[in-house]
Amino acid sequence: MNVQTSKNPLMEVSDLKVHFAIKSDNAWPWSKAKALKAVDGVNLSIFEGETLGVVGESGCGKSTLARALLRLVPITQGHVVWCGQDLTELDKKQMRDKRQELQMIFQDPLASLDPRMTVGDIIAEPLHTFQPHLSKQQVKEQVREMMARVGLLPNVINRYPHEFSGGQCQRIGIARALILKPKLVVCDEPVSALDVSIQAQVVNLLKELQKEMGLSLVFIAHDLSVVKHISDRVLVMYLGNAVELADKTSLYDNPQHPYTKALLSAVPVPDPKIERHKSIQLLAGDLPSPISPPSGCVFRTRCPHANEHCAEHKPPLSVIADDRSHQAACSRLLEFA
Amino acid sequence: MNLLEVDQLQVNFKTPDGFVTAVNNLNFTLAQGETLGIVGESGSGKSQTAFALMGLLAKNGVIEGQARFEGQNILSLSDQQMNRIRSKEIAMIFQDPMTSLNPYMKVGKQLMEVLMLHKGMSKAEAFEASVQMLDAVKMPEARKRMHMYPHEFSGGMRQRVMIAMALLCQPKLLIADEPTTALDVTVQAQILTLLNELKKDFNTAIVMITHDLGVVAGLCDKVLVMYAGQTMEYGSTEDVFYQPTHPYTRGLLQAIPRLDSEGDILTTIPGNPPNLLNLPSGCPFHSRCEFAEERCVKEAPTLEEYQVGKLRACHKSADWGVAS
Repeated sequence: MNVQTSKNPLMEVSDLKVHFAIKSDNAWPWSKAKALKAVDGVNLSIFEGETLGVVGESGCGKSTLARALLRLVPITQGHVVWCGQDLTELDKKQMRDKRQELQMIFQDPLASLDPRMTVGDIIAEPLHTFQPHLSKQQVKEQVREMMARVGLLPNVINRYPHEFSGGQCQRIGIARALILKPKLVVCDEPVSALDVSIQAQVVNLLKELQKEMGLSLVFIAHDLSVVKHISDRVLVMYLGNAVELADKTSLYDNPQHPYTKALLSAVPVPDPKIERHKSIQLLAGDLPSPISPPSGCVFRTRCPHANEHCAEHKPPLSVIADDRSHQAACSRLLEFA
Repeated sequence: MNLLEVDQLQVNFKTPDGFVTAVNNLNFTLAQGETLGIVGESGSGKSQTAFALMGLLAKNGVIEGQARFEGQNILSLSDQQMNRIRSKEIAMIFQDPMTSLNPYMKVGKQLMEVLMLHKGMSKAEAFEASVQMLDAVKMPEARKRMHMYPHEFSGGMRQRVMIAMALLCQPKLLIADEPTTALDVTVQAQILTLLNELKKDFNTAIVMITHDLGVVAGLCDKVLVMYAGQTMEYGSTEDVFYQPTHPYTRGLLQAIPRLDSEGDILTTIPGNPPNLLNLPSGCPFHSRCEFAEERCVKEAPTLEEYQVGKLRACHKSADWGVAS
């Protein structure tokens, strides 16, 4: 699916910042806490029925971004507008009502399920919370239906999470997230803990359910191949900043930002002939600390094209001349394009 | 002569629930400078194979079979004899760089210890040799970092320390157990490039244990595909990737989403990996195999050499994969 510029976005995020106050151990009691800029000024929109993939390496802020979209972490600055309403302005109770439409699937399939609840109870809990008027029978029916949809046999309804494998636990997590028929589901690394053969099952399931239910997905992963497979558009993050946002094909076939290029070249391809003869753009050094990120462009310390200008100016995410849906944050794009 | 010959290796664990066979009848050979990839999903026995070869199995583990390293069966050696070989002749890189270094010791001391113990170097000599080795694994400011503790390093740098440590005595065989699984892709690319260079420079034989077929494609000469502790397919990397003859290998290759291809629905392997305590009868893969026949349920296929250097364990004929 292409970006539907004509349609109104379901969710619009502008200048989102999430900073955590960090006090170092040997600081004086009166010294000011430092800010860890986990997400530092991200703009994006999510449209109906699309999948937005978010990729980046560990520590780039993708999980914090996911949590911030659902206000699971305190938002330092910026707005998250959901269907015309700014979520950051809602109080706790109003936000809770909104959560019916906004659900999440977590990374660790087993840890995200209460070990003392049965599968049936886990999947039914959102219904008890948000639709208390339903009778026991109705709840049970809906749970059964949902279980069948995610591929869980009806006879496991009274079992406990530890009796299931990772892939099946993830199916339970998906059922719990989808039983309220939400509009947006944020998936935080839903398949990274799973084996390859199981990963494919879960990815296919998510895709199927999305089609059936018309869901919008935010799919966060560090595996670029999985993201390519499931997403319509992809956002690349580095050190709390969005560095590139584009349609899937445009991003993977024609990456613009030097970081995206390096990231894509580093992914091993399971084909001996290609893998042995491809050129990898190795990045020098390590990820800088998010407590004291580099001035200007955050990527400049590892960028092969960086110059003095990059140290002074922080490039915004801006549209590339020939493709309106392709945005990248680099001030030297035109020079080496 | 082959550097390493593993002959009918079997690893059993005595557990409260009964005997578990983690590795079953494993055979492979490795020549000097060659790289073997062992792939499989979690619980397929690939890590236990590595631990068995290094003599690092848990106490309840029982080994059968032989592993001849330069003609000597290393599985029957005493701890003392094994200590002389470990790290000097055979070294291992562990999966988790965060927990395999001693947090109480400076990195330099951990490196020097190896040289002083195995090569009888003096402190000063060992220091210089360690700095050199850190330089070789592209550690920036190696001299300064000798005096740092592991927690001051990032994951990628810690893995470099592990690799440097493994290579200090220039072992003939390096066993790498998922060395890049815990790392980001860009760091993984750095480490894999490094391993490829080391292979060339030191002519080290490597056993690369991984679940990532992309890593195998770039680094390995031969591949061994494991499932439920058993060998499913074994051959050169090209053969296994381009002409897989075992349904499991084919399923595995098709189930990975690839960067260089489009595709709507991923081909999946149905079901779940088996419980080792309660393996299915016959072929361990039969319950997930779409081509399974009655015979597969009743009798386990034997590992057969269907062409020179190519082994497979499946009742279907070998040209089945090529024909379809």
